[in-house]
Amino acid sequence: MSDNNKLTMVVFNGDMDKVFAAFIIATSAAASGMEVTMFFTFWGLKAIQKGNLTGKGLLGRMIGLMNRGGIERVGPSRFNFGGIGRWLFKKMMRDKNVVGLSELLETAIDLDVKLYACKMSMDVMEIAEEDLIDEVSGLMGGATYIKEASESSVTLFV
Amino acid sequence: MQADRVEDYRGQLCPMPIVNMARAIKKMEDGQVLEMWADDEGAHADVPSWCEKTGNEFLAEQEAGDYTRYFVKKTA
Repeated sequence: MSDNNKLTMVVFNGDMDKVFAAFIIATSAAASGMEVTMFFTFWGLKAIQKGNLTGKGLLGRMIGLMNRGGIERVGPSRFNFGGIGRWLFKKMMRDKNVVGLSELLETAIDLDVKLYACKMSMDVMEIAEEDLIDEVSGLMGGATYIKEASESSVTLFV
Repeated sequence: MQADRVEDYRGQLCPMPIVNMARAIKKMEDGQVLEMWADDEGAHADVPSWCEKTGNEFLAEQEAGDYTRYFVKKTA
């Protein structure tokens, strides 16, 4: 075991398959005794949003409508077909007894995985702090990510 | 092999057998042996890897028909 037994991950994408990979690695690392920090930015914010409609201005509200948050709303990066793909993948995963994204998120929180949100992309996309789930530890920027990543033995960009 | 605790994770896929094994080991005393059952093929690689990473001792695995029995000694 290394001294800096820590994993830091940027979750940039908001696609079902990529968010899945991010949470499977995060929970595996936490179960292996690592301190895990996930930074959600841009499309990735979708995974830690409560799921209410967001945005103040016209463009912000449009994004809030077209890219509505909530971990159960993320669709696959390929074969989404306007939401049918998401349903299909969920069904296939359920049939094979793979845990769902909501359950993975709960497991991560239970294993003490720290969730942070990128303030700048929240401002751009007009997502407020109250639009994020309560388990989010805080808001941060690039410098905090660099500090955390520098202390980590594993860093990932998903 | 004599185990102090037996856990059945058959039907579970990655990462749940490992997550649940970590939770079970946490509740056990040093030196105790966990026997865990899994049919996730990934566990053949993942259980020894987890032991190496966390400093616990991987004792053995035994095929038991359509699943595998893994024996892990808590040493960390």
